[in-house]
Amino acid sequence: MSHTEDTGSRRDFLYFATGSTAAVATVAAVWPLVNQMNPSADVQALASIDVPIDGVEMGTQLTVKYLGKPVFIRRRTQAEIDDARSVTMDDLPDTTSQNNNVAQDKDASDQNRTLDEAGEWLVMVGVCTHLGCVPLGDGAGDFGGWFCPCHGSHYDTAGRIRKGPAPLNLLVPVAKFTSETVLKLG
Amino acid sequence: MWIWGIVLVFTLVMQIVTGVILAMHYNVGDPFASVEHIMRNVNGGWALRYMHANGASLFFIAVYMHIFRGLYYGSYKSPREVTWIIGMLIYVAMMATGFLGYVLPWGQMSFWGATVITGLFGAIPGVGESIQTWLLGGPSVSLATLNRFFSLHYLLPFVIVGLVALHIWAFHTTGNSNPAGVEVRRGSKEEVEKDTLPFWPYFVMKDLFALAVILIVFAVVVGFLPTYLGHPDNYIPANPLVTPAHIVPEWYYLPFYAILRAFTDDVWAVQLVSILTGGIVTAKFFGVLAMFAAIFVMALVPWLDTSKVKSGRYRPAFRFFFWLLAADFMFLMWLGAMPAEEPYASLSLLGTAYWFGYFLIILPLLGVFERPKAPPETIEEDFDSHYPPKPAE
Amino acid sequence: MFKKILLSVMLVAGFGSAATAKPGAIEDVEFSFEGPFGRFDAFQLQRGLQVFTESCADCHGLQYLSYRNLADEGGLGWTEDQMKAYTGQFEVFDAENDKLRTAIPTDRFPSSQFEGAPDLTLITKARAGFSGPNGLGINQLLKGMGGPEYVVAFLNGFVEAPECTPENFGGTYNTVFAPGAYPNECLDENDKRTIPGSWVGMPQILFGEDVEFSDGSPNDIHNQAMDVAAFLMWTAEPKMTDRKKAAGVWVVFLTFLTVLLYLTNKKIWAKVKRKA
Repeated sequence: MSHTEDTGSRRDFLYFATGSTAAVATVAAVWPLVNQMNPSADVQALASIDVPIDGVEMGTQLTVKYLGKPVFIRRRTQAEIDDARSVTMDDLPDTTSQNNNVAQDKDASDQNRTLDEAGEWLVMVGVCTHLGCVPLGDGAGDFGGWFCPCHGSHYDTAGRIRKGPAPLNLLVPVAKFTSETVLKLG
Repeated sequence: MWIWGIVLVFTLVMQIVTGVILAMHYNVGDPFASVEHIMRNVNGGWALRYMHANGASLFFIAVYMHIFRGLYYGSYKSPREVTWIIGMLIYVAMMATGFLGYVLPWGQMSFWGATVITGLFGAIPGVGESIQTWLLGGPSVSLATLNRFFSLHYLLPFVIVGLVALHIWAFHTTGNSNPAGVEVRRGSKEEVEKDTLPFWPYFVMKDLFALAVILIVFAVVVGFLPTYLGHPDNYIPANPLVTPAHIVPEWYYLPFYAILRAFTDDVWAVQLVSILTGGIVTAKFFGVLAMFAAIFVMALVPWLDTSKVKSGRYRPAFRFFFWLLAADFMFLMWLGAMPAEEPYASLSLLGTAYWFGYFLIILPLLGVFERPKAPPETIEEDFDSHYPPKPAE
Repeated sequence: MFKKILLSVMLVAGFGSAATAKPGAIEDVEFSFEGPFGRFDAFQLQRGLQVFTESCADCHGLQYLSYRNLADEGGLGWTEDQMKAYTGQFEVFDAENDKLRTAIPTDRFPSSQFEGAPDLTLITKARAGFSGPNGLGINQLLKGMGGPEYVVAFLNGFVEAPECTPENFGGTYNTVFAPGAYPNECLDENDKRTIPGSWVGMPQILFGEDVEFSDGSPNDIHNQAMDVAAFLMWTAEPKMTDRKKAAGVWVVFLTFLTVLLYLTNKKIWAKVKRKA
């Protein structure tokens, strides 16, 4: 035979090309097997919901289910707002805003907790930061805000922890008004 | 033709992987809607489900090619009887798994297929009805039936994995068969090396190439014709009150379904057996027996084939009958899809007769009467006759 | 018996294949989504949704479809706002609060209003327009399964009931609807059916000019039927565009890999096959 051996580099290239193409095929085939466990389209669709709030009266609270958890939407009275704004940081166990709509380093003043300038609308995930119970509302607890019956955590009218075992203020989720009457969560 | 084994292993793994994943999203309590949930909402769910559904067809195409290759080249013959028997067990387990899986989407064909197939067990004289009730968990197919079918559909593939391991182990102890049908010389190390090539890289590369070709076809089917092999009625939710006009099993069961239906009350063999057994064996039960016997005679082929020559390559007369059998198989498959009326019933009987005739009469006699051509002495000789060694320059 | 078999062979070989176009036959319709490169026509789907909403939705449901799907890619081509505006027209029953409320995007379309009216989400996959010849499945391969074609033929299949119809026979005669009621008066002496189709529970719905398309597309009965059939194909197989795009990539990539494997394999075996 005249050409028993091909030049080494050409053969190596062929082997390399075949091997790497096969490897790409394998990776491409594995990805869907992993991705299928991510939230499905119907679950993802629930990542953002519109809540009509035109029916919420002053001094009442609307509770909606969002991402499997209750969300409190409270339209506060002027008395509640004044009450919450008179509190100084020294009285608070947790001085961070816990508000996903503002920068992380903002303090827990009432203005940093509410959605609007006037402080009328307070939106919070209704899950006690202690062990995950749902606090009672409508002025419950020693501070006229919320009270968690499980282990006795008291939150004030801005949803900040004041007394009891809970370590953090109630979380304010990403929310904004898309119109006068619609609040968009997520 | 020696590629189908690797295709089967690949398909088995693919079916188990996609199946385990589909089970994460499938809901036995609301089966039909949960399949739609997979198709619409789960990330890539449509691809996984279509791959799994059409994967069953790929599995059976491969297994039929694998079986008929074995029949042609006499792969079942001594010393590979054990491999053949295990292979037949795998085939039966595959049929069961496929049937159980087809029930899971809970469409009309799922429901009525389950009703008809479990009805086969009801045909067993005396105890049939109790067995059927036991299988179904009630007087008829219900969600209780579906739940156990789901569990078994998940279990059986792992039984198949075990059987496949045995199957592979069995032919590793005997060595692969080959188209020449001549055993590898094992007198000395040089002799073995002259007759064989190492599995890596020679056969791995050949198999991978073949697998890639088959995957192209599979991708075309899954991507462009995903419902072609299915039945539209299975997109109608199961309804116990309405039976579809034609209940047709999946294509891979059709040959045996044709055999099952071939035996009706007016066939003399059925009447004879019925009289001999005092009416215990009815036409219905006879059909069931015939269907299982059709698989059983195939399992017995190592002992039914009396020829000394292994490969069909060197047996001209055998070749003729073999190809007739392959054609008969396709013919029965077609008949299985036809409505149960004349002329198809009579034709089914004809096809069935040849199926049994081939295994029970032709093969035993052929070994005696046929004059085979002389097979090559060694594999090396066979190989050299195809690829003549070049004279040294 | 031999005679019987001979006869059967003749039947299958000769007369069986003599398929001729007859009334009630389903015609192949050219849809934009057919073939490997076929995609849904967004405007046709929008028109189909309009036909569905105005003509079908009173009885039939689409229970596997969510309102949010209307803004999905590869479908109607609607924006979120268009989808929300459509969704806002409807009320759904909220089981959690036990009252009717305005529909939101994550809600499903309602299911059918009557026992007899099938849900239409999957109807184009649950019906086959084509089969054969002789059970060989070649027509399905060439023309497709024919689900949408069946829907078109069905909506066009309401004609005047044949003469043999007895008085006060329930339902409406349709030339392609097969599983419905059928009067004995329309059987011949061998109990064979003399006319195609059967009687269906629903009345004729599309007569032509039933809806007014804002883009001025023709709204005769055939075009409306085609639009709604295309829409129902989308509801049955919303991922079709994704699927065909993915399949194109699979096939091209696998072909490339196959060529490489072929060359590699040839190279490896060359040593053995040439030198022995």
